[in-house]
Formats: sequence, structure tokens, C-alpha cells
Amino acid sequence: MEEFFDPLALARWQFGLTTLYHFIFVPLTIGMALMAAIMQTAWYRTHDVKYLRLTRLFGKIFLINFAMGVVTGIVQEFQFGMNWSEYSRFVGDVFGAPLAIEGLAAFFLEATFIGLWIFGWDKLPRLAHLMSIWMVFFASAMSAYFILAANAFMQNPVGYTMNTERGRAELTSLWEVLSNPVVLAAFPHTILAAIMFAATVMIAVAAWHLRRNQHLETMRTALKAGLWTNVLAFMGVGLSGDQLSLAMVDAQPMKMAAAEGLYETTNAASFSIFTLGTPDGASELFSIRIPHLLSLLSTHTMNGEVEGINDLQAQYVTQFGPGDYSPIIWITYWAFRWMIGLGVFSALVSLVMLWMTRAKAPQRSALVQDRLWRVLIWTAPLPMMASLVGWVFTEMGRQPWIVFGLMKTEAAVSPNVAGWQVALSLAAFTAIYGTLAVVEFKLIRKAAQEGPPEISQGEDDHAEPDSLAIVY
Amino acid sequence: MDIEQIWFALVAFFFIGYFVLDGFDFGVGMALPLLGRDDTDRRVMINTIGPVWDLNETWVIVAGAVLFAAFPEWYASLFSGFYLPLLLILLALILRGVSFEYRHQRREPQWAARFDLMIIIGSFLPAFLWGVAFANIVRGVPMDADHQVSISLFGLLNPYGLLGGLTLVLLCLVHGMIFIALKTEGEIRARARAMILRFMLPTIAVAATFLFWTVLMHIQVPHLIWIIALAGLAAGSLIAAGLFSLRGREGFAFTAMALTIAAAVATLFVSLFPNVMPSTTTPAGTLTIVNASSSEYTLGVMLWVALITTPLVIGYQAWTYWVFRRRLSRDHIPAAAH
Repeated sequence: MEEFFDPLALARWQFGLTTLYHFIFVPLTIGMALMAAIMQTAWYRTHDVKYLRLTRLFGKIFLINFAMGVVTGIVQEFQFGMNWSEYSRFVGDVFGAPLAIEGLAAFFLEATFIGLWIFGWDKLPRLAHLMSIWMVFFASAMSAYFILAANAFMQNPVGYTMNTERGRAELTSLWEVLSNPVVLAAFPHTILAAIMFAATVMIAVAAWHLRRNQHLETMRTALKAGLWTNVLAFMGVGLSGDQLSLAMVDAQPMKMAAAEGLYETTNAASFSIFTLGTPDGASELFSIRIPHLLSLLSTHTMNGEVEGINDLQAQYVTQFGPGDYSPIIWITYWAFRWMIGLGVFSALVSLVMLWMTRAKAPQRSALVQDRLWRVLIWTAPLPMMASLVGWVFTEMGRQPWIVFGLMKTEAAVSPNVAGWQVALSLAAFTAIYGTLAVVEFKLIRKAAQEGPPEISQGEDDHAEPDSLAIVY
Repeated sequence: MDIEQIWFALVAFFFIGYFVLDGFDFGVGMALPLLGRDDTDRRVMINTIGPVWDLNETWVIVAGAVLFAAFPEWYASLFSGFYLPLLLILLALILRGVSFEYRHQRREPQWAARFDLMIIIGSFLPAFLWGVAFANIVRGVPMDADHQVSISLFGLLNPYGLLGGLTLVLLCLVHGMIFIALKTEGEIRARARAMILRFMLPTIAVAATFLFWTVLMHIQVPHLIWIIALAGLAAGSLIAAGLFSLRGREGFAFTAMALTIAAAVATLFVSLFPNVMPSTTTPAGTLTIVNASSSEYTLGVMLWVALITTPLVIGYQAWTYWVFRRRLSRDHIPAAAH
């Protein structure tokens, strides 16, 4: 029994699955809030009703989605104490602070202004109502900053001291924790990736309607906005990803070595796009390589030295004692490539479509046009998938540590929670999350396919009192 | 006053805020079958808390995070020790939250009925289990010298724990029905007012027993007088809420009910002080505000954060309640789907 219900393995699976699941909805909440805010601002400034119709449509999708982000987020916070009590005891003094700030400064703001925005259409002056959705975006971005700062401490512990008497890390500088080089790069990287996802969802909704020749005017606007947003956000994702690599090489050279499966320390290291070989990547059969690229990514010089897994392993054994200090290489290797590949592909699709939908584009056959719309619909999930594998890379690449260099994951799990209890909770979360994912997807699809509500010009100025206040 | 004491008070403040605010959301959820005759009734009820349930629920996220930051040992021992009840609370909160959003997405009666059931369960279970959990924190739990709790779910369902759960359920239910009476007009309001009076006496009896039991458990505590004062305040304002309800003074009744819940939760926290979680197995296992707390630096810097943000939070949340101050009635519910 004990063998089968290994509490550590189950707790890791539970944290991994619930976090990834949570992170399907969070980016959409952040990104859709921005999209709705931009649309509503356009309506506020131009009084063109098509922007109001788009705001309503994407606001509805945002609303269906946001409840999931909220309820799955509580699980995340509770899990630290429930499943990782020794971790919580060890880092609570440091890690708790950004979490509490996130709640006090960001969550309250977000939750309050979401209510005001959704129910306040006819209750607030127009400018105040517009400001509410901007507050939602601002607050959700702020909450992302604080939770990423907490995560950055696990990747690159700063601003703390070890209290040996109480056997824990203690905060010495909140400022250092909040200005960790890892969070400074991870924040734009994560937020812009979230915006990419919202953009591709918007593109897909637009493509679905355009394919059916309906709502042409509003949907062309949505398509253009989505395509441009995706391309521009991707450029930011790339730039911040580069900064994040540098910070990572500094803090966790093992993770960069594991991203490439680089065993020996190498100058002028190449980057493989694709490798066939043994699952652990130690010996390869075939690969396609770009010379110098890994050195360039890691050091910003063509021939910079990139430390290999073997040297780092030897170095860590001297530093921390015997043990295996490398993550599971095939996971980090492939996660890193899928993250980049999916993101690049999504941006390329948008770029190509921008070219093909330019004003002077030649007339295409109906069949080709139909194929194009379908590509746009089916590529909507790519940025979300890229974000998810990105998190898999970040978190798996840190193993065996939970806090890099300070605490191993195996030492962090709650000792008093039995394996069967974790198995029970994992099964319960899987069942409920799975069911809700289906319901959620169907509802969002339904709302998207219903399209923007009919509002004629002028009608928006004297909306039926109260009809908008009843949402549920 | 030591900074640990201030933080103990702040943790209490955020939990009090949670139970006072999400308390009436739970009550509205539990009252769906009691006051809602048809779908339109239930929609009126749900829409009274529509704009605010999310920000009310956020209080527990903040309370948890503040607990984590200020008393990591307490957070770790409590959350790992109460694994199964917290799991049930989480699942219930998930179902309740998504049901608010999902139930109006389709107009078929079965669709709405399914989510109504989940709202009822998702409102009852957290109220009951938080009551059980807090009663057990006060009562003490088996905890070794490393502060590891070992208690089963059934171990928590002892008489005092069960009474704590029942007390919170009834307080929330009455609180929610008073909120409905305050926020609606027409038949629902009348029905709520009648139902409040039917539930008032049993609620007073159960809550008074629980509070009296709590006082008896702490008869040797030096600051007993404060426990008695708060328990008395809770009982007194509950009776006042009953009298105001009888006279149809809904605003006063709601205020008195909020004060009841605040004073009852405060009674529990003051009973704990200066411990945060007593151990029933060894005195060395007991967590106190000193051995469970974060470092002076963390508590100090976080106090500034709390002092700056909390007044703002209270300010804009109060404003939200002002914006949505109007009563709702069946006439507001559009007949067609939207």
C-alpha cells in the first residue's frame, strides 16, 4: 500500500496538474481583460458601436473564464500548507510575504472591480466603468508580478538569511525578493505570453464568424486587433525570454544545460532543434543543429563557455554532498523546444495572415480562404500550450530542488498527510477539473459562436435600466 | 503591544471579514430551497450577491496568505493537519463559484437545477466545515513536539466541533436571509422575513450553547473576562438582530447580525490567545504567537503593507456595496435568455 500511494510522487503530480490547469484560465483572464479594456476604450473614444459589441462579446467570454481562474487559484494557495507543510515552514517567512501582498494589493482590487465592471454597466458613469476594466487588468498583472516574485525565489533565492536555530530561511530584504533578476524577466515573458493567448482566441472567434460571412465589420476589426497583438506580444515574449535565459544561466546553470542536454562543458556550443537518441539524451543518433546558438543564448557571445551537466553535477556533489542534481533531461530538453516552437509558430501564422489580409491582397479562391480561416481557428491554443510546457520546463528543470540550493523537493512534502489522502484529493481534483474543463469549453464556444450582441448606434446611450445589472 | 500580537489581531481581522462577508453569501446559497419558489426567485436571490460574492470570497484567500506570511508554522500545521476538511471546503468552493457563472448560461430547467444543488451544497459545506475546523483549533488537536498534527476527519467531528459547525451554518443562514430581506422587495422579501423569525430561536439556542461551552472551556484563562465580554456581545447582538427582524428594521438587523458573527469569531480567537493552536498531546507541541510567527523583519515590513492596503481595500469595497445598494425584485429579471 505505502509503495503504491507514494505521498511525495502524488503530491507532485497534484501540484503539477492543478497548477497547469490553473494556468489555462489565468492567461486568458489577464489577456482578455486587456482586450476588453482596449475595445471599451476604443468605444469610449470613438462612440463606434462595433467596439461596444466586441467589448460585450469578449467580456462574456472573460466572465465565463474568470470564475475558473478564481476557484482554481484558491486550491493553489491552500496546497502549500496542505501538501507542502515542510516547505511552508522552511520558507514561509520569505515566500509568504509576496503571497500576502498579492492578496492585499492585487486580489482584492481585481475581485472588486470585476464585480463593478460586470454588474455596473448602467450603474457607473462611463469613464468610471471603463476604468473598472482597466483596474481589473492592472490588478491581475500585479498579482502575476507578486506570484512570479515568489516563484523567482524558488529559482534564485535572494534577500534572505538562514536561521539555523529555527531551521528556516528568513527574509532580510523584501526589495531584493521583489527585484529578483528572475522575476524582472519572467514577468514580461509570462504576461506577454498570456496576451498572445487572448489574442489567438480573439482571432479564432473572428475567423469562425468570417468563415460564415457574418458580423463582417466587427469581426474584421477583431481579427486585425488580434493578429497585431499576437505578433507584437510575441516580439516581447522573445526579448524577455532571452533575458530570462541569461538570468537562468546565472542562477541555475544546470537548467540551461538540461535544456540542451549538454553533458560536457563546451565553448561555442550549438543548439539542436531536433535530436534522436537515448531517452536521457546522453548519446544521440541524429540531430539538426544551429552552431553557436546555445553559447549566444547563454552568454550573448558567439563562443562563450556553457557549463555541461557532468561538470555541474560534480560541482554540486562537492557543494551539497552526494546525490543526483540533474533534472529529467528528456523532459527539459523537449519542453524547452516545444515552448519556443509553439510560440514561434503561432506568431508566424499571425504574421502570414496579416500579409494575406492586407488591403491590397489579391482575391483568393473560396477554398483557400476557407482553409485559412480553419488554420486560424485551430491554432488558437498554441500560445497556451507553449505557456504550459514553459512552466513544465521551469519547474521540472529546477528539480531535485524545491528552492534551488536550499531545500530538496523530497524534504518539502507534508509528513503527516498519508498517501491515500493525497491519492483521494488528486482523484477528486482530476474528476472535477476534467468535468469543468468540458463544460467551460462548451460554454465559451457557445458564447463565441453566438457572436456580438446586436446593439444599434445610439441605442447604447439610453440602455434599459437594470437589464444589464442582472447577469446571473 | 508586541508585533506578534498585532499580527494575531490582523489574522483574526481577515477571518472575521471573511465570515461576515462570505457568511451571507453562504446563507443566500443555503436559503435557495427555503425562499425560492421558482427559477425567477432563485435568480433574484443569486443576483443580490452577484457583484460581491467574488470579493467576499477573496477574504479567505487573503486570510490564508496573511496567515502564511505572519505565522508560517501555524499555517503549515493547520493546513496539513486538517487536510480532508480543507479539501472538502476547496471542492465545495469550486462548485459554488462556477455554478454562479454557469447556471444562467442555459435556460433548460434541469441545467439550472443541477447548479442550484451545487450552490446549496457549496454554501453549506464550507460554512459547516469552517465551523468544525475553528472549534477544533480552539479545543486543541493532537500535535507532537515538531508541530505535526495527527487527527482524522472523524476525530474532528467531536461534539464541540459539530456544535461549532452547526452554529456557523445557522448564523450564516440567518445572516443570508436577512441580507435577502434587505436587498429584495416583494414576495421574496416577505418570505425571507417570515423565515428569519422561524430560524431565529433555534439559532439563538445553538449559538448560545456553543458560546457558553467555549467560555466554560477557558474558565481558568487569565483574560476570561474578555472572552465572556465577546461571547456576551455575540449573543446580545444576535438577540438584537432577532428583535430588529421582528420589527422589520432590515438594515439594523443586518448590522447586528454582522456584529454577531464578528464577535463570535473574535471570541474564538481571544480564547486561543496567546496560543494559536494548542496541542492535546504534549505542551511542547502547542503553537503560540511566538513560536509560530515569522521574523521581526517580515512582520515589520508586512505590517506597513497591511496598514497601507487595508484601509484602501475597505474603502473601495464599501464603495462597491454603495454602488449596488438598490433592492432587486422579480420585475428586474428579464424573461428571455440573454
